[in-house]
Amino acid sequence: MPDVTTPSPDMVAAGQPGPGTDREFTVRRRSQSSLVLRRFLQHRLAVVSLGVFLLLVVLSLFGETLWHYKSTDITDDLSVAPSAKHPMGTDSTGHDLLAQVLAGTRISILVALMVAALSTAFGTVFGAISGFYGGRTDALMMRFVDLLLTIPSLAILITLSTLLANGGGDPVTIALILASLSWLSIARVIRGLFLSLREKEYVEAARCLGATDRRIIFRHLLPNAVGPIIVNATITVAFAILAETGLSYLGFGIKFPSTSLGLLISVGQSAASTRPWLFYFPGLVIILIALTINFVGDGLRDALDPQQRRVRA
Amino acid sequence: MSAAFELAPTTDTALLEVTDLSVSFPTDDGLVEAVRGVSYRVNPGEVLGIVGESGSGKSVTSLAIMGLLPQTAQIGGSVKLGGQELVGASYQTMAGLRGRAISMVFQDPISSLNPVYSIGWQLAEAVRAHNDVSKKAALSRAVDLLQLVGIPNAKERAANYPHEFSGGMRQRVVIAMAIANDPDVLIADEPTTALDVTVQAQVLETLDIAREATNAAMILITHDLGVVAGVADRVLVMYAGKPVETGTVDEIYYASQMPYTIGLLNSIPRLDSSTGEELRPIPGSPPSLLHLAPGCPFSPRCSYRIPLCDEQEPALLPVEGADHFAACHVADTLGPQR
Amino acid sequence: MEGGSLYAYALRRVLISLPLLLFSSMIVYALVHFAGDPLRDLKGRNPPVPEAVLDARRSALGLDKSLPEQYWNWLTGIVSGDFGPSIKGIDIGQDLQVRLGVTLRMVVLAMLIAVVVAMLVGVLSAVKQYSPIDYTATLLGFLALSMPVFWLAALLKEFLAIRLNQAVGKTIVYTVGDRTPNLEGSFFDKLPNIAGHLVLPTIALAAVSYAAWSRYQRSSMLDVLNSDFIRLARAKGLSKRRVLVRHALRCALIPITTVVALDVGAILGGAVITERVFAWHGMGEMLLTSVNDQDVNRLLAWLMVSAVIVVLFNLIADLLYAFLDPRIRYA
Repeated sequence: MPDVTTPSPDMVAAGQPGPGTDREFTVRRRSQSSLVLRRFLQHRLAVVSLGVFLLLVVLSLFGETLWHYKSTDITDDLSVAPSAKHPMGTDSTGHDLLAQVLAGTRISILVALMVAALSTAFGTVFGAISGFYGGRTDALMMRFVDLLLTIPSLAILITLSTLLANGGGDPVTIALILASLSWLSIARVIRGLFLSLREKEYVEAARCLGATDRRIIFRHLLPNAVGPIIVNATITVAFAILAETGLSYLGFGIKFPSTSLGLLISVGQSAASTRPWLFYFPGLVIILIALTINFVGDGLRDALDPQQRRVRA
Repeated sequence: MSAAFELAPTTDTALLEVTDLSVSFPTDDGLVEAVRGVSYRVNPGEVLGIVGESGSGKSVTSLAIMGLLPQTAQIGGSVKLGGQELVGASYQTMAGLRGRAISMVFQDPISSLNPVYSIGWQLAEAVRAHNDVSKKAALSRAVDLLQLVGIPNAKERAANYPHEFSGGMRQRVVIAMAIANDPDVLIADEPTTALDVTVQAQVLETLDIAREATNAAMILITHDLGVVAGVADRVLVMYAGKPVETGTVDEIYYASQMPYTIGLLNSIPRLDSSTGEELRPIPGSPPSLLHLAPGCPFSPRCSYRIPLCDEQEPALLPVEGADHFAACHVADTLGPQR
Repeated sequence: MEGGSLYAYALRRVLISLPLLLFSSMIVYALVHFAGDPLRDLKGRNPPVPEAVLDARRSALGLDKSLPEQYWNWLTGIVSGDFGPSIKGIDIGQDLQVRLGVTLRMVVLAMLIAVVVAMLVGVLSAVKQYSPIDYTATLLGFLALSMPVFWLAALLKEFLAIRLNQAVGKTIVYTVGDRTPNLEGSFFDKLPNIAGHLVLPTIALAAVSYAAWSRYQRSSMLDVLNSDFIRLARAKGLSKRRVLVRHALRCALIPITTVVALDVGAILGGAVITERVFAWHGMGEMLLTSVNDQDVNRLLAWLMVSAVIVVLFNLIADLLYAFLDPRIRYA
C-alpha cells in the first residue's frame, strides 16, 4: 500500500512584526489545522466525495425507516426487475432489494468504521511505543509485525472467522477479526514517524525541561502524527469495506441473519446474467463507498503535505 | 585548456550582464515577488559576492540565470551571457550552455549527487555532455579533475559512490563537475553553508584552484560576510528581492552607505573586541514577499530612517566611491563606518 | 569489491529469512491448533460417536500428544516433505504441487503485468502532471482500487468473455477452470487453451494491484523529479531525455520493488477469491476446502507454503533493491 509522506510539523507563520515597527502587516497568521482545511477544500473531488459519503451514511442510517419496505419484508413480487414499485428490483424470495441494500450499506459502513477505529487506536499505540523507545523493544515489536505479515492475511482472516464466528457472522466479530490484521500497517507507519520524530530538537528540549516520556509522546509527538493517522484511518476504512466484502463472498464474513453488501453480492453473483440487478446494485454501492473514501483520503494526503508537487522545467 | 565557448562580439567587456531581472512565483496565497529588479555585471575573471539573508532572493537570481526554476516561475528582464539572451531561451539552448559556458555549484552536496552512479561515471557524463569523446577518455579526464580538486587516490576513488565520501569531498567533486568543461562563469550558491567550518576553508580553497585552472569569473552567493571578504572583488548586497548596495569589497566593508549592510557588518562577532560587549543583531525579521508595504522594505528595522523611507522605495543610486551604489534615502550622510 | 559486498548482503538476508520462517511456522501452527478441530465432523454426528472412536481417531492423528511435541513432529515432517495425513485421505504434498503450479501461473503473470503497467502509467502521470493523461489514469486507478476483485471478475466474465466469444463465434476466452479437462497434445497445442483460461483471472488480479502501485510510482517519480540531484543533472547541461531516463527513472523505479514484495500476501488473498470466481482448482480451492473440512494438516501445509512464497518474494525484492541502490549494501 502506498506510504504516507510525513508532513512537516513546523509551519512558519508569515511575516512577524518586529519590535519598533508601527506598520501594519497584511498577512494573517494561520494555524496549521485551518491551513490544512483550506487546502483540503480546494480539492473539489475530495470535497464532493466527502459529501457523497456522508450522504450514504445518512441514507443508510435513516433510509430503512423512511422506505416503506423493510429488508426482511417478503413481498409477492418475486425476482422482479427494477421498477417504480421496487427501484432496485426484488430477489427470488420477494425481498425488496433497495431495502436490503440500505440495510447492507449500514452494516458494511459500520463494520468499516469500527475496524478503522480499533486498528487505528491499537496500531498507533503500538507503533508509538515501538518507534519512541527504539532499540530492542522496537526490534522485537517490529519482528512480530513482520511475522504476522508473512502469512497471507486472507488465510488468517478465514481461520479466525472459523474460530470465532462459529456459524454466526455478526458485524462486531467480523470487525474485530478484520481489525486484528489491519492495525499492522498503521503501526508500521507510526513507528517510522516516531523513530524520526524523536530525534528532533524539541524532544531533546522537552526532556531537558524534565518532561516525562508520556508527556513527550502525547503532547509533542502525537499531534505531529495526526496527519498520517487520519490518512491511514481512511485507507483502513476503504480496505475494510473491500475486505469484508471479500470475506462475505467466500462465506466467512457477515452471515445471515445480518446482511451486508458483500453478502448480497455473494448471493446475487450466480444470477449475474439472468437477474443482473441483484448483482450490480450492491456492487455499485460498494464501489461508490470505496471510491469516495479513497478520494477523501487522497485529498487529505495532499492537504497535509505542504510540499508543492510541481515538476520543474 | 582553452575556452570552448565563443564570445559574441560586443562593445563592452561584461561577460555576464543581468538587467532588471525579476522573478515571481504564483502561490496559493498570491504572487510572491522573490526577485524585484536585479541588475549587475560580471567581467571575465572577476569574483562577485552576492550577500543576503534567507529570502533575499540571492539564490533565486542565480537559478533564474541558469534556467533551473520551475515552469511556474515568471521571469522578466534580461540576462546576457557573452551577448546571448538567456531569459526565455529554450531548454535545448540552455542545455548547451549549462556545464560548458556557465556552471553552478549547489548548497547541499549530499543530495546534489545521484546516489546510484559512481563519482567517476557522473564526472565523465559531465565531460561527455559537451565533448564528443570516448568513455575512456572522459573517465581519465574525470580522474584528472578529481586530482585537481584534491581528492586523494583519485583513480581508485572514481569508482566509489557518493555516500562513500565525506561532505567536504563531495562538494569538491561537485566543483570538479562544474569546471569539467572550462566554463567562463562559475556560480557557487552557498557552497559552504551545509558544511563544518573546518571543511569550509578546504572548499573555498578548492574554489580558488578551480578559478585558477579555468580563469572563470565567479559569482559567490552566501550569507557569510567573512567568506566574501577574502574572495570577492565586488559585492552585491540583497534585501527583500532587490539589491540595496553594490561596490568593491573595500567600499562595502569600510564605507558602506546602506544601513542594512552596516547592520550586517556590525552583527559579526569580533575576536578583537573587548569581552562583555554584546552582540548587535539587526532587530526584527525580513518582510514577507507576499505583500510588500510601500517604501523601503528595510525601514521597519532601520535605525536611520526618516519619514520618506516609509513612503518611497529608494532607487539604487551612485554614492561616494568609484563604482559604489546604494539604495537609501539617507546615503552619503552616513559617513565612513570604520 | 562491489560484487563481494552484494554477495555478503545476500547471504545475510537469506540467513535472516530462515528464523523468520521458523517463527512463522510456530504462529501458524498455534493458530490452526486453536482454530481447527479435526474431530469436529465426528463430534457433530448424530447419534453421537462413542468416546472410544474419538480417542482412536485422536491418537491416529497424533492429537493426544502435547502441543510442542505435535509441533515438532509436524515441523520435522514438513522439512522432509511429509505434510502429514489429511482428513480426506488426500496426498497433501502431491496435490499441493499441482495446485501450486496452477496458482503461481496466474499470480506471477498478474504481478508482472501489473508492475510493468504501473511503472509506465506512474512515470507518465508524473512527467505529464496535471495533464488529461494524468487525470484519466488517476481516475481509472482509483476505480480499480475501489472494486472488489470478484465483482470485477464477474464484470469481465460478462463483457469480455461472453460477448467476445459470441462476437467471434467460438470460445477464445474461457470463464471456468484453468484448462479444459482431458486436454491432449503437446505443450504448444495446449498453450492457447491455457492462455484462454488465464486471460480473465489474470486481468482481474492485475487490475487491483496495478492501481495501488501506479499511484506509488507516480509519487515516487515526482519526488525524484523535484530532487536536488536532478537539478544538478540539468545544471550539467544534460538533455531532457537523458535527465529523465538515466537519472530520474533509474532512481524512481527502485522503491516500487519493496512495495511489490510487501503486497505478495495480499495478492495471494486476491488469487484465492479470483480462483473461486473462475472455479480454478488451485491453491484457493485448497484453502477453502481445508478450512471447511477442518483438515488441519492440509491447512497447515497451505499456510506454510504461502509463508515461504511471501518470504521468498521479499528476499528477491531485497536483493533487487540492493543491486539497484548501492547505499543499501552496507545495511
